[in-house]
Amino acid sequence: MNRHKIEELIFKGLMMASTMFVLGSLVLILGTVIWRGLPALNLAMLTQTPKGGYYMGKEGGILNAIVGSLYLAGGATALSLVISLPIALYLQIYAPRTRQSEVARLVLDVLWGIPSIVYGAFGFTLMLWLGIRASLLGGIIALTLLELPIMVRGMDEAIALVPNALKEASLALGATCLETAFKVVVKQTAPALLTAVLLAFGRGIGDAASVLFTAGYTDRLPDSILSPVASLPLAIFFQLGTPFPAVQDRAYASALVLTIIILILSLTSRWLTGRLTTNIVR
Amino acid sequence: MEKTLQLIRYQLGKGKWNIVFGLSRPTKDRLARRIMGLLTLSTGILLLVMILVLFARSWPILAIKPLEELLFSTTWQPLQGAFGFYPFIMGTLWVTMIAMIIAAPPSLLTAIYLAEYASSRTREIVKPLIDLLAGIPSVVYGIWGVLTVVPFVQDVIAPFLGHWFGFIPLFQVNNPTGYSILAGGIVLAVMVFPVIIAVSEEVIQAVPQGLREASLALGATRWQTIKHVVLRYSLPGVMAAIVLGFSRAFGETMAVLMVVGNVPQVPHSIFDAAYPLPALIANNYGEMMSIPLYDAALMGASLILLLVVLLFNLISRLILMRLVRFE
Repeated sequence: MNRHKIEELIFKGLMMASTMFVLGSLVLILGTVIWRGLPALNLAMLTQTPKGGYYMGKEGGILNAIVGSLYLAGGATALSLVISLPIALYLQIYAPRTRQSEVARLVLDVLWGIPSIVYGAFGFTLMLWLGIRASLLGGIIALTLLELPIMVRGMDEAIALVPNALKEASLALGATCLETAFKVVVKQTAPALLTAVLLAFGRGIGDAASVLFTAGYTDRLPDSILSPVASLPLAIFFQLGTPFPAVQDRAYASALVLTIIILILSLTSRWLTGRLTTNIVR
Repeated sequence: MEKTLQLIRYQLGKGKWNIVFGLSRPTKDRLARRIMGLLTLSTGILLLVMILVLFARSWPILAIKPLEELLFSTTWQPLQGAFGFYPFIMGTLWVTMIAMIIAAPPSLLTAIYLAEYASSRTREIVKPLIDLLAGIPSVVYGIWGVLTVVPFVQDVIAPFLGHWFGFIPLFQVNNPTGYSILAGGIVLAVMVFPVIIAVSEEVIQAVPQGLREASLALGATRWQTIKHVVLRYSLPGVMAAIVLGFSRAFGETMAVLMVVGNVPQVPHSIFDAAYPLPALIANNYGEMMSIPLYDAALMGASLILLLVVLLFNLISRLILMRLVRFE
């Protein structure tokens, strides 16, 4: 064996070790959350709102946070879907391969990179000017800004995979760009578009820093779009911040709940990619 | 093709598109183009508005304090009106640098492995798992940090490095808890793995196959080809991937906030506690309205974060766009 072979072997070993290291950290994170969260998890936690003294270890659950998070992320996802789909279609169908769309993609990528705490601070300022207090609406606005670039770029990349011949065939039959976009392209890419939506939903439901300023926190279930609303990430954060081990255990259980939601979203989008192909022409 | 045409004809005929609004189809198309174009434009406007709004909100403090004092003063006494960001900026930089030092080598090796060596079956198993790592919420990373990383730093790394390398200031242990820059750096490193791996793998795969084949044909081994051809060609892209990871780490809030200790001091050792900028913003949002200039100072901190991340993102995205276009 010569020197080059040995060098190659060493680096190949290092590469495999690195891959195992990265995957190992995932296993370690999931393992830690399951190991510490599972013993503290029970049905009451999922079905009750916090009772008096909950944050000192008394009875109750985190239903307020689960429902609040679903409202927040659901509202933000619906709102960004309405804005994202037209933008993604515009980039791919009205302005493909133009300088304009290149710049728009650059802007979206930059927006994607902006820290969520900055979206929180910006959303907070917007709310001050609009005269809204920390509320479901405020949280939805901040999360929409956060989810928008993720969803647009996901959809943009999905639509880019539609064969050009298909768009041209539709246009050649006399369909306008608009008709091609909504009747051909959207149907063709439905599963991939939904995957982008789920990805954005997952990002929204897990984000704490942007709702910290804007959504507030409450022990009650949200009753109006203008009332403050709890969220899972903040529930985890606040419970962990108490000095009582029993409440900290509940933070671990809440983290497990959030992780399970993320896992379900991830598995669903994988499964969707396989199914929902009824309209797809190959 | 016949089937395709049939399908398109069917889908077009089915819709009642042309009755909606009573407009003619071309008019609606033009209208839609206008509206969708405006929506697209609004993303750019959003970015500008964010910068302007944060600038306007931090103007009260920018107008009366010299920039050097804000950036380089170490005194943070909001009640006395002293707002020196230096400890927070240094805290952010330390944590981010440690994270990049830990994250970059394994991420790049993993990316090279996935792009050059791994079979397509291995890739299909590994890549979704790495995507999953990217999808884990930052509070869950924080929980993991508190439960695993902080005790590990406290019980294993700090005693070991402190005992053998304590004479180097960088490794001095003055902080008995594990809540430290190192803990924050480790948690952040795992958080940026997926960013660096995904982007650099894409860049490496974009290297023209012809270059690899030419090198292999000259008798180079696979590793020599990677080292001298592939990596040299994709170096700007790999750097861009690392910068992208850096800017992701720079603005990360909750996970870092939970493990880094939050003591406003200029750190000197990786075992010192620190107080990064995002944590400063997140921890003080409640009381900032009652103290004069405090909210302007915190908005200033957000502005710093935004501008730094914007700059790094722009640079790396421009490099990546050029690489993809060359392909």
